[in-house]
Amino acid sequence: MKTFDSPSCSKTTSGNIHSGFSYGLLTLILLLLVGCGTSENNVSNGNRDSILHWGNGTEPQSLDPHIATGVPEHHIITSVMEGLVLKDRKTLGPIPGIAESWTISDDGTVYTFKLRKNAKWSNGDPHIAQDYVWSWWRAMQPGLGNLYVYMLFPIKNAQKYYEGEIKDFADVGIKALDNHTLQVTLTNATPYFLQLLDHYSTFPVHQATIEKFGTADQRGTRWTYEGNLVGNGAFRLADWKINRRIVVEKNPLYWDATNVRLNKIIFYPTENVTTEERMFRAGQLHVSNDIPADKISVYKEKRDPSLRLAPYLGVYFYRVNINQPHLADKRVRQALAMSIDRDQLTKNIVKAGETPAYAITPPGTIGYQPPRQFNFDPEAARQLLADAGYLNGEGFPTTEILYNTNEAHRKIAVAIQQMWKEHLNIDIQLLNQEWKVYLASESAGQYQISRAGWIGDYVDPNNFLDLFLCDGGNNRTGWCNEEFDRLILEVAPKAKTHEERLAIFTQAENILLDEMPMLPIYIYASKRLIHPSVKNYDSNLLDQPSYRDIYLESPIEAAEKDTNL
Amino acid sequence: MIKFALGRLLQAIPVLLVVITATFFLVHSAPGGPFSADKAVPPEVIKALEAQYNLDQPVWQQYFNYLGDVVKGDFGPSFKYSGRTVNELIAAGLPTTAELAFYAMLIAVGIGVLAGVTASLRPNTMQDYVPMTAAMIGICMPSFLLGPLLVLVFGIYLDWLPISGWGDIPGDKILPSITLGTGYAAYIARLSRGGMLEVLSQDYIRTARAKGLSEPLIIIKHALRGGLIPVVAFLGPAFAGLLGGSFVVETIFQIPGLGRFYVQAAFNRDYTLILGMTVFFSTLIIVFNLLSDMLAIWLNPKLRQEIRGTK
Repeated sequence: MKTFDSPSCSKTTSGNIHSGFSYGLLTLILLLLVGCGTSENNVSNGNRDSILHWGNGTEPQSLDPHIATGVPEHHIITSVMEGLVLKDRKTLGPIPGIAESWTISDDGTVYTFKLRKNAKWSNGDPHIAQDYVWSWWRAMQPGLGNLYVYMLFPIKNAQKYYEGEIKDFADVGIKALDNHTLQVTLTNATPYFLQLLDHYSTFPVHQATIEKFGTADQRGTRWTYEGNLVGNGAFRLADWKINRRIVVEKNPLYWDATNVRLNKIIFYPTENVTTEERMFRAGQLHVSNDIPADKISVYKEKRDPSLRLAPYLGVYFYRVNINQPHLADKRVRQALAMSIDRDQLTKNIVKAGETPAYAITPPGTIGYQPPRQFNFDPEAARQLLADAGYLNGEGFPTTEILYNTNEAHRKIAVAIQQMWKEHLNIDIQLLNQEWKVYLASESAGQYQISRAGWIGDYVDPNNFLDLFLCDGGNNRTGWCNEEFDRLILEVAPKAKTHEERLAIFTQAENILLDEMPMLPIYIYASKRLIHPSVKNYDSNLLDQPSYRDIYLESPIEAAEKDTNL
Repeated sequence: MIKFALGRLLQAIPVLLVVITATFFLVHSAPGGPFSADKAVPPEVIKALEAQYNLDQPVWQQYFNYLGDVVKGDFGPSFKYSGRTVNELIAAGLPTTAELAFYAMLIAVGIGVLAGVTASLRPNTMQDYVPMTAAMIGICMPSFLLGPLLVLVFGIYLDWLPISGWGDIPGDKILPSITLGTGYAAYIARLSRGGMLEVLSQDYIRTARAKGLSEPLIIIKHALRGGLIPVVAFLGPAFAGLLGGSFVVETIFQIPGLGRFYVQAAFNRDYTLILGMTVFFSTLIIVFNLLSDMLAIWLNPKLRQEIRGTK
């Protein structure tokens, strides 16, 4: 390419062209982009107007309580709908919701709920006991594809009806005795049944609205859209802009509306945790959904009051595929479990307040303390491995740890790989797969050791132990123990007292820990950034806030400065 | 010109058919289905869901059904976003993505052409080196680095501009537009410099100078039209690239555009959404390439002659 350096092209000429174009065009672009006004701060405006700005993770896939499955959905649904029972925001104990009171029969199988006479749907319709009969019937329609349908299975004949063994819904233990009395009969005494009633999968839905937009068991109708959704919660859906925001506003017809102090909640889909943290720092969010792992230490060093770390009802563990010949020997699995230094992992790798796990059930779950059968003990682990025929790790096949692609999972796997090499002298390879591929591999048993996590839906050891039932879809290890199944399925439901029930769970968990088809690693911690102006947000095991109690203290200028790290 | 455009549009049909077919069978052969989840999904539920979305039919039948729907302009329901159709999701995200791409393009063309033309006027001097070095840095700097840098400086430390959202807070469109436009501005700067240098060495420019025309007139009236042809040829694919490639910027700035749906759809195995997005973006690329070719023909008399000659 030839070049031409024009001698007649003076500096002033080119400079004029340059400046003329540049200033004009840039001004135009900036005017287009800026519009008018100046930068505003959601938090300060929100504090003034009682509008909570909430980082909600991802765009919800559905707001239908009988279809939705995720945590982001949970947050929005619990703001616009309510169950018979609520949970105390600190203790998680049951408190009256739509039901103002209830009685439980002596044998613990018959629950009679008295519904509030002032409970109404957000369109003004009266809220009656029949709504629950119809809603739970709908939730059990197989065509609806309700993934949480098992939440209703403690109810007498519910599972049989769902699986088609019983055709008449009248045989299921749900009866409306009158407009304000609902009677629920259970198969067995289920101490956690009241907790299930605060899970969105058991929430009532407005029959007329659903039937207006489709049939009861039809997925994907437009009844949950703004302008259509009729709920019974403290808030009502005001605006839903896909991937932008969901706005709920105070529901004046809510039975306890006078005590609801927020005017609005705006839920933002904040998928990128780094961006979300920046949004929080810039005063665009009151509450973040998460916090980047590398930022936790920064907030800790600054002693920033916004950082909220709390125990969370979830366990991080590795599944062991016992169909792999070298992993079939329980001594090998015990050796693997005993040579993971969980203290080091939680202090130096995950670092967000997680605690070492030595059992599948998190400690303190309704007073349950899981048994501890082992410690970090490399010497004993080496002995167990030698007893299994792998003296000093010799002859032990190279084994693969499968995890879904994620930096945190990779770091943990690398650390465990090194620990097993150091303590057991065995070779471990790491295999990461994209989420859906990983799920397919794990479900098909095409793995040796696989990363897993389990978050409790309700606070009860049963929710963790039943993962490892022989036919449990979440077992995926190939492990099956009839005595374990008998204890969980037959003995525990018939326990006469709370203590007796916990003792049965201890017995079952001892079997699990002896056989070790999974390697418990740590108990989760919930991680959030919460602006100091947010009040009545108490951390609890399920990380479930009570929106009806939250309020915003306005204004706190000093606290806002604190967030600017 | 109309015949040329029609011919190109007809050529697009087999291209789109290949795109649809390849994408359809690729997504259906990927491990993991749209309804698999961390928590075990009961077989009855999977069966009900597959029946609802016609996934229980043989794949070839699903393929022909899909082709039939696409011809009617119906991309079907999203598997993941219950109650939303793919058309609806595209309609929701497109205005935002298009607006972002438009502003980014304004920035890219404005800054790129200015820098390129300025550099070409005094090649191999500081007036050339400075904008071209900046352009090289712009090309090399990925948006996932530039975006957070701009956010830190202008959003967090200086607190001048909002750092996320789109149209919610005044000024929230500035940083994403600059982030997305910068890389393209750098390309355009280099293209326009090259084009201008070539044109400025042509005889007709020398003639114009000999006639005593003023330098601004020569540049604006005579040199720019020819010198910017490479830029015009780049604009079509660039705009399509801006629309389809805005995912990173949309993620950094929490912008509710199309890019985020596209990537989430792949992760979720949302077959209809992946296919719908692919067909949509393929069509966009074809249309923008055609438009930029037509613009180049309009600007370049030589090409016009060639088109007429082929008649």
